[in-house]
Amino acid sequence: MSTASVDIALPRLLTGLSQPGMARLARHLDVHGSLPAPAALDGPALIELAERAKLRGRGGARFPAAIKMRAVRASRGRAIVVANGCESEPMSAKDALLLAELPHLVLDGAALAARAVGAEHVIVAYEGRRGSDSRQSLEHALKERRAAGVDSVRFELFAAAETFLTGQETSLVSQINGGEPRPTFIPPRPTQRGVRRRPTLVQNVETLAHLALIARHGAGWYGAVGTDDEPGSTLVTVLGAVNAPGVYEIECGTALESLLAAAGGLRGAIAGLLIGGYFGSWLPAGVVAELAVCDASLARHDAALGCGVLIALPSGACPVAETVRVAIYLATETANQCGPCVHGSAAIARTLHAIAEGSAAPGALADLGRWTQSLPGRGACHLPDGLAHFVSTALRTFPAAFDDHARHGPCESCGAPALLHIPAPSRPR
Amino acid sequence: MKLRVNPIKCDAHGLCAELLPEWIRLDEWGYPIINEAQIPRELEAHARRAADACPTLALLLTRD
Repeated sequence: MSTASVDIALPRLLTGLSQPGMARLARHLDVHGSLPAPAALDGPALIELAERAKLRGRGGARFPAAIKMRAVRASRGRAIVVANGCESEPMSAKDALLLAELPHLVLDGAALAARAVGAEHVIVAYEGRRGSDSRQSLEHALKERRAAGVDSVRFELFAAAETFLTGQETSLVSQINGGEPRPTFIPPRPTQRGVRRRPTLVQNVETLAHLALIARHGAGWYGAVGTDDEPGSTLVTVLGAVNAPGVYEIECGTALESLLAAAGGLRGAIAGLLIGGYFGSWLPAGVVAELAVCDASLARHDAALGCGVLIALPSGACPVAETVRVAIYLATETANQCGPCVHGSAAIARTLHAIAEGSAAPGALADLGRWTQSLPGRGACHLPDGLAHFVSTALRTFPAAFDDHARHGPCESCGAPALLHIPAPSRPR
Repeated sequence: MKLRVNPIKCDAHGLCAELLPEWIRLDEWGYPIINEAQIPRELEAHARRAADACPTLALLLTRD
């Protein structure tokens, strides 16, 4: 995968990545300098800084980091920080890239987050099998930091399960506590009672990497790129029908056309776009020219950047086959806890499959419309919401294709190799 | 006051929809679909009764 920047002021997070050695502490400090001392930037000041920078979480929900940090700081008990490197979104590559190539930026950010909430203990969670590069890189980075004595916090590594829901905040906390990788009901929020029943800040590793640079250079520097509402840069994984798929660092609000150009340009005509990964939205190819890569622009098309995955579907691919495979995958990744998700997800996946095969009962499309409307908000986590949105935007974006499959069964492109990756099951079912 | 269900605890007994049909209906699998708006004062007692009757204690009255 290639990495590059779009804007002259970038890259920031990905600085130095084109040459080897950024995973080493000495080189990291050469490039970025050391962190401001606690006397110069204490916990409350750090939270204020994150607030002024309008730093939002990069795990998918884009929740303001300062609000979370403040909630943890305000909770009673010794706080704990979890650096969440469990991407679990099958098409996203940014978090694994950060852990493998830029571990010190993430660890700097995690140490700062600990300072912000008054924690002495940081758990860095990565995905077990997929994360083997991450483990090696993190172990080496932590050894270097211990030898150099740069941290006053204690770090611990945690190999998380490899399921779609592994990185969901409460699911990750449950695993660290020795439980199953399943979401839990809120309240309590992890900010109130999380790991070892202590107030817990769970923050995505990209968010932490941004915090590491904001602490060094300030909120004004951070907001020198991006939009007023969404300042700074963000990492996106661009895949599909582009000439140079990979992880890119862009200014928030970059024109989608510029991003696609940075990714080598489109490889021919496209049928549509998937933005935000498997919890994301399908959009027709026609909107490319008017889209900017920020939530303000995407929201006008009922879409969000989410985990930052952007996939261009080539016109030769079948949107129905791609949608069905992902819907089945998501339905099998249910934690099997909440009735509406267990039954609704299975019904959606089954019905979509029947439509793709041309064997659906009349009214199947109406059933899908009803289920995708009634499912959101009715699970302990957002899996049903994500699935419903993924499917309803597919139906809306490719109505002719779904109608054609319902009438005539599989099309010529249905047998083409899958573009949207489906991980192999990693647990007994 | 609002009503909320803990979907992990809910076992689709359906008592809530019987006791509070004005506010709760069941989906085709028997799980409640709850009106998320503020409960009108005249329904508050019924809402409390429905929450108390839930065999899995999955129905919650909240103060926001």
